[in-house]
Amino acid sequence: MIYRALVVGAGIAGIQASLDIANSGYEVILVEQEPSIGGHMAQLSETFPTLDCSQCILTPRTVEVGHHDHIKLYTYSTIEGIEQDEQGDFLVRIRRKAAYVDWDLCTGCGVCQEKCPFKVESLFERGIGTRKVIYTLSPQAVPNKPVIDADHCRYLQSKWDIESGRVPAFDSKGNPAKPKCGACEKFCPTGAIDWEQKDQIIEEKVGAVILATGYDLISQMRLPEYGGGKFENVIDGLAFERLLSASGPTAGKILRPSDGKVPREVVFVQCSGSRDPERGVPYCSKICCMYTAKQAILYKHHVPDGQAYVFYIDVRAGGKGYEEFINRAMEEDGVVYLRGKVSRLFPEGDKIIVKGVDTLSKRTIEIASDLVVLATAVIPRHTNRAIGELFGVQSDENDFYLSANEEMEPVLSAVPRVFIAGCALGPKDIPETVAQASGAAAKVLSLFQQEKVLSSTPVSVSAGEME
Amino acid sequence: MTLSYFPGCTLSTKAVGYDRSGRAVAHALGMDFVELPEWQCCGATFPLATDNAMALIAPTRMLQKAEQAGGDVTTLCAICFHVLRRSQVFLEKHDDVLERINWFTEEPYHGKAHVTHFLEVLRDQLTWEGLRQKITQPLKGLKVAPYYGCLLLRPPNEIQLDDPEDPHILHDCLAALGCEVISFPYQSECCGSYLAVSKPELPQKLAEEIIQSALRHGAQAIVTACPLCQFNLDYPQRAEAGFRKQTLPILYFTQLMAVALGLPEADWGIENHYVDPLGLLENYLPASVQSVNSRE
Repeated sequence: MIYRALVVGAGIAGIQASLDIANSGYEVILVEQEPSIGGHMAQLSETFPTLDCSQCILTPRTVEVGHHDHIKLYTYSTIEGIEQDEQGDFLVRIRRKAAYVDWDLCTGCGVCQEKCPFKVESLFERGIGTRKVIYTLSPQAVPNKPVIDADHCRYLQSKWDIESGRVPAFDSKGNPAKPKCGACEKFCPTGAIDWEQKDQIIEEKVGAVILATGYDLISQMRLPEYGGGKFENVIDGLAFERLLSASGPTAGKILRPSDGKVPREVVFVQCSGSRDPERGVPYCSKICCMYTAKQAILYKHHVPDGQAYVFYIDVRAGGKGYEEFINRAMEEDGVVYLRGKVSRLFPEGDKIIVKGVDTLSKRTIEIASDLVVLATAVIPRHTNRAIGELFGVQSDENDFYLSANEEMEPVLSAVPRVFIAGCALGPKDIPETVAQASGAAAKVLSLFQQEKVLSSTPVSVSAGEME
Repeated sequence: MTLSYFPGCTLSTKAVGYDRSGRAVAHALGMDFVELPEWQCCGATFPLATDNAMALIAPTRMLQKAEQAGGDVTTLCAICFHVLRRSQVFLEKHDDVLERINWFTEEPYHGKAHVTHFLEVLRDQLTWEGLRQKITQPLKGLKVAPYYGCLLLRPPNEIQLDDPEDPHILHDCLAALGCEVISFPYQSECCGSYLAVSKPELPQKLAEEIIQSALRHGAQAIVTACPLCQFNLDYPQRAEAGFRKQTLPILYFTQLMAVALGLPEADWGIENHYVDPLGLLENYLPASVQSVNSRE
């Protein structure tokens, strides 16, 4: 067996598992599809129930991963294929997407991002902010090396147009046509921009695998009664995290997307798509009760004279300090909790009208709000099932991975030497994810250790030597 | 071409204008309505109890008549459509219930009827483009807000007419007539339905919200496909109530179609409205008729 592990996904689960294995002296291959590591935790402002700054507790770990001797980091990369040999080791083919930047030459100075003249909508900022076409996900990005978004890059697009003949090779004056822009290349002090870079396929051999592919939020398109994503001032939980975040598009000010005004009345809608077998997903997304309370508290800290309302089916706050946290939101911060669902949202003037019901007072309620935050359901990454299938790992009807035994062996898949951790198995919060990632790492370490003992040459000891 | 037609009781009493305009429009489009023989009540509500065989007898009788008449049956009333379509779908899936019902009815129903709303016929058989070509008096500049209500669209998996959250079938129909179509947020809100009988103040309140919203969005009229919606929105605006300064005519889509197809005023069926829409529609009378009117 090769004593080296592959970790797929570099969110907090993948990071924790990689560090645990690497710190025990084994090599780790860590693969992440985004340009930077950290996953969704890098998007969060603060964490519940302690209100720690998410970046501050995450960054030491991302930096450690970036510098670790035993961790080989492949960002902006995906798993292309898997082969298993007779010994059970995995030959992994990794596609390293073309970044058009030579990361060995790049010093991470950031001049290219300053000079790039084109902005596009940022998925990391949940559509609220923009990013440049050459970008890293955040100022604290690890690795701090940018990639060029080829679909939106003027230089690459015009270069390919010329090469493919879509644009004449010579202009009207007979001069050869040149690609446009190229600002990043002009200003890069180390000449790291490499327009000829191609996707690379890299092969690595590993003895064990941890799948930590993480989660996504259900698209608002699937919630037509809440506008289906058409209303600017109806945003999801992650977008509100970006509004709260000091490194976010509003630099930590709560300003609503439509007109940049401070919202005076904010309505939080829990179970948007969760626990809704008819339209959304049948399961509870587990984290929404807590993060909604956190967001409502933080909103009140930012806008003390504002009013926060939370619509809930019931509050699920199982966990150390969790129930107390909810009570704090209600009692100390004056968040109004309304037990009932919201049936519809629609814009009227510059308000979003929230039509709901308070089942405790048995009355229908209408709130003219400035901003609505939907705690949209946690779903697996859309690539979850396909990645699982590469390794032979099965997924359930919701596309979360199936454990070998949900109760007793949650981090084991049914495939030997393949382990699972984090939200790829089902919705969970950060503490639980970290615990599970360490659990999966421990399983890998014990597998390596057992194999070492079993395969080591037996030493015969004579009776005399024993004494 | 003819269409087997189920009028329903409301279209023979309160909503004769809907019936008259509908028949005239169908005739003008070359798909005459042929009334279903011996039709009776559709059942009025689709039963929601678990053991619902008894309440399904009335709609099953009508489905059986439709089956005998060839299978297809079309309606104008959104409630009749709702009850008959849901009964049809339910009985397709529940042979045992159908068998029990057949013990009680005169003639057995074999599950071969197909219920459509006239809007559906227009969309799928005539097509909106086909309709557009037949328009002689395009309703240019007429700002109308389609109002769907609930029964025409829900529950979507059984009714399968349009997306209840973002419907457009009435929008498309009115656009084909040349209207300026206005979307407003209350377009598929409940009108209060039968509570008009037991708790009239509630539909009154809902109607007020719906009308105000349509006015805010600049509508000159609300257009519906349901006689109960029409009544619940129209009645609170009656002159005797006297509290509304600005009134809004509530029309059936067939009435606007009759105008746009250049049919005579007698075919519009607009005389029983509480808010008289004539003033609004007069401008779209064919030029010849208009000049006659002005001479009078």
